[in-house]
Parts: sequence; structure tokens; C-alpha cells
Amino acid sequence: MNNQNNITFVQGNEACVEGAIYAGLNFFAGYPITPSTEIAEHLASRLPQKGGKFIQMEDEIASMAAIIGASLTGNKVMTATSGPGFSLKQEALGYACMAEIPCVIANVQRGGPSTGNPTHVSQGDVNQARWGTHGDHAIIALTASNHQDVFHMTVQAFNLAETYRTPVILLLDEVIGHMREKLVIPEPGELPVVERLRTSVKKGVDYHPYLPREDGRLPMSDFGGEHRYNVTGLFHDMWGFPSNDPKVVSELLRHLVDKIETNVNEIAMYKEYWLDDADYVLISYGSSARSAIHMARNRRARGVKIGVLELQTLWPFPAEMVREKCAGAKAVIVVEMNMGQVVTQVKNAVDNPHTVFLANRVDGELISPSDIKTLLRMIQGKGV
Amino acid sequence: MTKERFDFKDYIRPRFFPHMWCPGCGHGIVLSSLLRAVHELGLEKNEIVITSGIGCSSRISGYVDFHSLHTIHGRALAFATGVKLSKPSLKAIVPMGDGDALAIGGNHFIHAARRNIDITAIVMNNRIYGMTGGQFSPLSGSGKKATTAPYLTIDREFDIVDLAKSAGATFVARSTVFHAMECKDLLKKAITHKGFSVVEILTQCPTYYGRKNKEGDAIQMMEGYKNNTVKIGSKKLEDNPNLIQRGIFVEKTDVPEYCEAYDRVIQTAMKGKA
Repeated sequence: MNNQNNITFVQGNEACVEGAIYAGLNFFAGYPITPSTEIAEHLASRLPQKGGKFIQMEDEIASMAAIIGASLTGNKVMTATSGPGFSLKQEALGYACMAEIPCVIANVQRGGPSTGNPTHVSQGDVNQARWGTHGDHAIIALTASNHQDVFHMTVQAFNLAETYRTPVILLLDEVIGHMREKLVIPEPGELPVVERLRTSVKKGVDYHPYLPREDGRLPMSDFGGEHRYNVTGLFHDMWGFPSNDPKVVSELLRHLVDKIETNVNEIAMYKEYWLDDADYVLISYGSSARSAIHMARNRRARGVKIGVLELQTLWPFPAEMVREKCAGAKAVIVVEMNMGQVVTQVKNAVDNPHTVFLANRVDGELISPSDIKTLLRMIQGKGV
Repeated sequence: MTKERFDFKDYIRPRFFPHMWCPGCGHGIVLSSLLRAVHELGLEKNEIVITSGIGCSSRISGYVDFHSLHTIHGRALAFATGVKLSKPSLKAIVPMGDGDALAIGGNHFIHAARRNIDITAIVMNNRIYGMTGGQFSPLSGSGKKATTAPYLTIDREFDIVDLAKSAGATFVARSTVFHAMECKDLLKKAITHKGFSVVEILTQCPTYYGRKNKEGDAIQMMEGYKNNTVKIGSKKLEDNPNLIQRGIFVEKTDVPEYCEAYDRVIQTAMKGKA
């Protein structure tokens, strides 16, 4: 149960901070960048209050590197950034994929490419979250459309990072990051928190840092503990020993991809509104989902059978779920603030890709319900 | 402090051998000096984290039986900063090549020095990118031959000691692989020093630097270290000011170490003064 003290009125970036603290964050490294800076500012204050560590590094690359180092000593770690910084972090992010090091990267999206539109909203980094670092790999990326969900998804990001030993990207956006609204902070224990899985192998017995258990999970051993092992970004065997043996290379790459892609249904989080009888399905995420939900509610009141599928997991893309939810729809409208990044995934997922349309806005302004309504009326064959 | 007679087998991972260094490479002497220093200091293997980037020198991290973190090019000090700040009880040692430390990693080098975080950076300076086949580095200096300087380099070189000093490192030393025992002693002092310590060790790359620049084989290059270097302040400098000086250039104990300073931040924050 919540008491009055748990109710706050905060920015989305603060909701992310509170979620991270709730999940057990105790090390943050970052570099100032709009519109994510408040995450660093609040953690600079909050982390040392609980004995955690905050460090402002010399650049975005160093921030990503520092959290990986701190994760290896047994800490829950995070960094926060936006477009240009997210680009800079990509090499080290791939290192965390390869070396299987749990960490969370919050990207509060702004307009790009390049310096772009720093103080305005965008959802242009969806595909970068998937393929930003070089080489084949799998990734988890989560998003949220309101502050309660930002809190929840931040906790989930840490949980998934620990469960799958992987970096998890929290794809927020400028509107969510800077908007203020109510947040009720759950009591401890109200939301599940996944702790670091540590090896039970005793001192003197061989510990294999990269030998998965039967359930696929890889127990860790903290740096400074009894087990000394090698961590590398090279392909490596179960000891962490570098290898270019074709069998070792292939098995590791398949493991890195499979551990996430085969669990797509466990990782997939979403919300649905009025989908049961929907002729028209809006698919959206992040701040644009707010406009989609608003517009659908208004149309419902006027008798239009319209519903919303709000994606909270963007990667791995929950294609099967999306196909099922769209099966009975006359038309699907993907609402996003980019030139069409999730719409491509939706077209690949559904049975009738020619019934999938894109309602987008890429001018730095939040897409509005009337922007979406205009497209709906065109699809319905009505006047705009 | 010495426990028993030094046996390198107590400190290496046989699984990782044979090593990948060329015949005549100086890096093995740096490895040996480091292990002897660790042995003489009586450090436990579990209390050391060795973090490296990419390059010939960076392979040291895999060869030693410490906690080892072999990372990405140039960023070893940033990774080590995360390790050290999150668990200050660990000894952080970072072996780096000259390109790794001062080209792609130059920013992290000066900022680690500025923070005075308790990390020992060993810059193994062979004045060339060896692993990629002999391209000039920011330590090659001008008038040198390299695969990317077929008409000789026009780039000037850094002075690692001066750079570390002005960036705020609180322990700065230089030696060469010819002076292996001196290397060991300097490394012992650097590892013991509370704060950011830099030890530059001149180490030969006969394969790519020596051959291209007609400096001879490994033995001739090591003789060069013997003949062209002197202890700090040697009288020989009066006759030949171009001789390279070896020894401890900076040893300051009055600068707060970063992790200890952060502990005071935690104390302040916990009192509600943040």
C-alpha cells in the first residue's frame, strides 16, 4: 500500500532515477547531454546518500566503459545519454554484449542525425538501439509512455540485464524525460527485483565464467572474489580464453543471439486498449502512444472501433504478438516520431502488410491526436 | 615483504601461452618486471585487477593470473576507473601501448591523471603500432619511417613524462627494458603509490620499428636504451642534453586520491548535506 510520502510530482528523468534506485543501482557514470542530463544530476545527489557511487566522466565513451568495469565488481550500473552520446557509446555497448556484462543505458531521444534538435522530441534511435554497434548481436530495448511506466520499465531494464547478462537500452524521449506528472513510488517488494546471480562454485574449484547453466543463465563472480578469470571482447571459450576456432566463434555468436531472441515472449511487454473488436489498430510507444490513446478514446466515443497496442519492449521485436493483435484489423496505423522505424517491423510481422500505415511527425513537435485522426480519415475514405 | 623465491609460473596462465609477441620484442621484459614487482610487494593475486585495451602490450592482461579485463582500444583507463571507484580495495594496473594510451586513449589518460585515481598506468612505448603492422604512433616522432609514412613522418611526438606531469599525475617515472631491475623497482613504487601513477617503459619493436628505421635487431635496440639514456640529472647531460632521462620525475603525496575523496562525498551526502 502506498502512503502519501510515496506520491511525487516529477520529470520522467526523475522517475527513471527513482526506478533505478529501487532496482538497486549503485554505480552511475555519465556525461552531460540534453535531454537526459537530469538523470545524472539527480543521481549525483541520490547515489552517495545510499553509499553508491556517481562519477562524471570525461566523455560518453568513458562513461560506458566505467559502468562495465563497475558491473564486474558486482554492482548494478547505469549510464544515461541522448543521440550523439548514444552514437559514441556503441563500441563499448557491443563489448558488454560480447562479454555478457549486465548494464543499463538510458537514451532520452532527441532529434537527429548529428546534433540535430537537442531540446525537441524524436523517436529516431529505435533502429540504432537495435543495430548501433557493429557485428551480429541481439539487444533488449524498452520504452515507456508515462512516469509510472518509466519507473516500472527502468526496474525491468535492470531485471532483464541481470537475467540475460546483457546491456539493456531504455529508450525514453524528450517529452517523457522533461514532462512532469504524478509518480507513485512502489513500496519495497511491490515490484520484483532480480539480483545478480553469483556462482556457487567454491574456492579451489574451476569456475567457468562463460559456461551457461542448464537454464541458460551464466552465474557471475565479482572481480576481487576468489575466482580469477579473463574478460575479453574477442570471441572466447568457456574460460574467457580468446579463440578464433570456428566452432567456438559460431557457438558463442549463436548463444549471444539465441539467449535473447528465443525468449522474445518472456521479454515482450506491452499494453492494449480496446483491441478486442478493433477494426483499426494503432501501434505506438513512448510519448507518441499518449496521443494515440487519446485519439482512440475520442473516436471510440463516436462509435469507431479503434484500439491501441502500446509496445513497451521494442527489441527483441515481439512479431508474433503483434501479428496476433492485428489479425482482425482492417487497417493498422503505426504512430511514431521518425521516418518509419517500427512500422517496418510491423509490416514484416502482420499477415497483410499493405494494410499497415505510418502516422508520423518528424519536426520536433509531439505528434498530436489530430495528426493521427487525419490519416485515419483518409484510410476510412472520409474527407480530411 | 618477499614471500618465497620468485617463480613466474605462480603468476601466469599457462593456458594463454605461448604468447603472441615477436622474437626480440621487449614486452616480455615488462611482463617479467611487473610480476617480480607484484611478488616482492607480497600482493595477493585476488586483489589485483589488470585492465588493458588493444594492441600487443594489451595482451599482458590475459597472460597473468589476476582478475583480467581485456577491453577495447584506448579505453582501458576508463574501464579501470569503473573497477577502481566501485571497489577501491582492489589494486588497478593498466598496461598500455603508446598508441592505445596516447592517441585513441589520450583523453582518458589526461583525465585519469587529473582525478588522481589510484591506478598504475604502464605505458609500454615502442613508438609504433605493432599489432596492425607498423604504422607511426604519436610517440614515433618526426623523420621516422612507418607503413603509413613512406616519405617519413612529419608528426611531432609527445613526451609522456611531461604530459603526465602537466595533467596532474602524482607519480611519474621512466625506464627501459634494458634496465629490467630498475623497471621492477619503479613499478613497485608506482603500485604502492596512492594516486595516479604513470611508468613509461621504452620497449623495442625490432619487427616494425627497428627494421624500418635501421635501428638494428633487438640487441642493438636494447644497447641503444643503454647508451642513449641516463639517470635523472646525470652529468652526461651536460655533454649531450639529448640523452633520455630515467627515474622518478614526480612523487607527490599531498594530493587527495579520488576514491578517498569520494568517500568523503558519501559521508557528506549521508549526513543530508548534499
